[in-house]
Amino acid sequence: MKKLLLGLSVIASVTAASNSIARDSISVVGSSTVYPFATVVAERFGKATDFKAPKVESTGSGGGLKLFCKGVGVATPDITNASRRIKSSEFEQCQANGVKEIVEVLIGYDGIVLANAKGAAPMELTRKDIYLALAKLVPGPDGKLIENPYKTWKDVNSSLPATKIEVLGPPPTSGTRDAFAELALEGGARKIDDIGALRNMSADQVDEIEALVKKLGIEAAWAAAVKKKGAKAKGKDVVKIIGRSVREDGAYIEAGENDNLIVNKLVANPNALGIFGFSFLDQNSDKVQGSIIDGNEPSFDAIATGEYKVSRPLYFYVKKAHIGTVPGIQEYLNAFVSEDVIGPDGYLIDKGLIPLSDDAYDEMAGGARVLKNLAL
Amino acid sequence: MTNQSKTDNKSSLDAVFQDRAILAEKRAAALKKRNRAEKRFQWAGRISIAFGIACVLFLFTDIISKGVGAFTQTYVEMEITFDQERLGLTPQSSEKEIKAASFGSFFKRQLREKYPEITGRKEKRELYALFTSDMPLILRDMVIADPSILGTTQSISMIADDDFDTYYKHSYGRDLAEEDKITRLSEMQEGIVDSLAKSGAVTKKFNTILFSNSDSREPELAGIKGAIVGSILTLLVTLVLSFPIAVATAIYLEEFAPKNKITDFIEVNINNLAAVPSVIFGLLGLAIFINFFGLPRSVPLVGGFVLTLMTLPTIIISSRAAIKAVPPSIREAALGMGASKMQTVLHHVLPLAMPGMLTGTIIGMAQALGETAPLLMIGMVAFIVDTPAGITDPATVLPVQIFLWSDSPERAFVEKTSAAIMVLLTFLICMNSFAVWLRKRLERRW
Repeated sequence: MKKLLLGLSVIASVTAASNSIARDSISVVGSSTVYPFATVVAERFGKATDFKAPKVESTGSGGGLKLFCKGVGVATPDITNASRRIKSSEFEQCQANGVKEIVEVLIGYDGIVLANAKGAAPMELTRKDIYLALAKLVPGPDGKLIENPYKTWKDVNSSLPATKIEVLGPPPTSGTRDAFAELALEGGARKIDDIGALRNMSADQVDEIEALVKKLGIEAAWAAAVKKKGAKAKGKDVVKIIGRSVREDGAYIEAGENDNLIVNKLVANPNALGIFGFSFLDQNSDKVQGSIIDGNEPSFDAIATGEYKVSRPLYFYVKKAHIGTVPGIQEYLNAFVSEDVIGPDGYLIDKGLIPLSDDAYDEMAGGARVLKNLAL
Repeated sequence: MTNQSKTDNKSSLDAVFQDRAILAEKRAAALKKRNRAEKRFQWAGRISIAFGIACVLFLFTDIISKGVGAFTQTYVEMEITFDQERLGLTPQSSEKEIKAASFGSFFKRQLREKYPEITGRKEKRELYALFTSDMPLILRDMVIADPSILGTTQSISMIADDDFDTYYKHSYGRDLAEEDKITRLSEMQEGIVDSLAKSGAVTKKFNTILFSNSDSREPELAGIKGAIVGSILTLLVTLVLSFPIAVATAIYLEEFAPKNKITDFIEVNINNLAAVPSVIFGLLGLAIFINFFGLPRSVPLVGGFVLTLMTLPTIIISSRAAIKAVPPSIREAALGMGASKMQTVLHHVLPLAMPGMLTGTIIGMAQALGETAPLLMIGMVAFIVDTPAGITDPATVLPVQIFLWSDSPERAFVEKTSAAIMVLLTFLICMNSFAVWLRKRLERRW
């Protein structure tokens, strides 16, 4: 009995001690896309100041926000990175758990490229081609959407080579995949007249939506949208469902989250295309080349000006309640948004980040410095 | 005996002989067949071994050929004048003043003066990019360490940037076609590197940074010190917890526990736990240690707890086998001399079983050293610049470092990854050979 009590008291004291351990380094979690940028800032911040270098974990955007919104206290992270904006559901989760005040910082953009091996012929695609080649449902001869029948790029667009459609990309858990599906696939789907028309229909045009849905043969997607949104379901919601689903018959190959692996597989197979972030293209430009999409090569300038359409914003979110509790958060935030870091000549730009325009930068930096609260 | 019977006899004898001949023939054929089968069997074994060795050789040559480059680092010898006026410092300046001085622009100006012909903004940036981004900090630390160098000119080994390093190691001075060159340098940068190399300022030295630095996003500054210290701390926690618990469990189950349904059930469970995928222990650790007890994420303490859970079954099973191998006569002799059960175990059985237990422990530790999956769950897959100083500091471990580097976009991390694998393999080979040596040296045969 004595021993049991002793054991219990040891466990209790360990628990008590651990709860009272104040953290002296910033804890950052979140997107694997922002990770290569956040780590550089963390490292230089640690070297240039007397604060400890922040610890950066790569958990994915969704995983990071889940940890971030768990509550307030040293056991939860101070900052989360995201390669998309926080969703309203996640924001509500945060509010419910007491994470009331959040500062949102938009740090720049990341291009997503479709690349193939250097020796192979460069591809010149439109978003519509990408949609037709990779979506699960595409328009059939009678206008109805059917399971994707295309086998070669020539089937999709007669000006393309007659090579088999083989695209290596990240799995559904990846933010890169989400962004690619949204920007390239759904963006291409809108170029189909009926789908484009459907997307513009508002919630009160129910009859028109239903007629068009019937014409396209996608009643199931409409039913799913209604189930999710109720009376508020719009044409846009249906397009989201059909536009973002990727075909599962082997033409799209899930190659894991490791982008270096995809690069190596492309070199081994010149007929395949791969999907990854611009920074990997930038670092491996001697091995792979980016495909031209909608007439624009994925170059630094084309992404920065928005001419290259497949790019997404990168964010990080700061928990205001931790400023003052964990040392250095305010300083890290200020360092991150400084021009030396994410300005047009900043060192993150050398690492492949696409900078904000001057106006967007001024607005963001102004809000971040005064710790403007995020409101959705 | 009639003729008839004679011939009968003869024919029957013939028949017997004939039978025997056939039998012998059959036997010889069967023997041959058996011998052939045996030879085939042996060859199948030999081919399997050859295949295994070929795989290992392939793995090692691949890793070593990729990783050997990471053990050297390119340096550039350059004269730097620590001008007091430009830095606004005197040898009497305090450390605080030195820290506030702008070494960044000082360093860039030094470079610009070395290459006055470079004027464009882009070209200047390319010039600065040839050296590691930490150069100003290194110069600053030199001044802090010895303020008397202010006002003098020093020859300094500057660390080349990873792109410079890769080009110099793999493409410089080789007659390569433009597309075969492994380089991300611009033509202007290549020109600078070539002229520097011709003047003899560029040297390759053994890469001490790899062992003296922790993780960095700049490949030329990245090292494995933090990961090795993290691995040692984690394994220490694992060893301190798992060895006593496992030995106590094994002794109790073998020597004291009654044989009944409960102990049978425990035994089955221990054997099952040894086969549970390690990632599940990570989930368990996340739920219990982090979510329930509120221990911090990413620390060796929690990592050690999780790996303890994982290695316990391995050590328990080998410890029980070691105890079982001690002959009962020793126990009976001790008991016969009037020793108590506990004395018998502690004075006789345990010392004799110890070599086997230690072997099991080392193998368990080697397993724990190579483990990544459970640590993924408890946040030890993280970018950590500072070397951990204790078991509650954020840390990462060697296999996780390998995983993180293999996922980095910078090309130079490919060779760093292979180098880290070589270091990990060296540790594992050392631990396993130590286990073999220990067993050979201390184990007694009965």
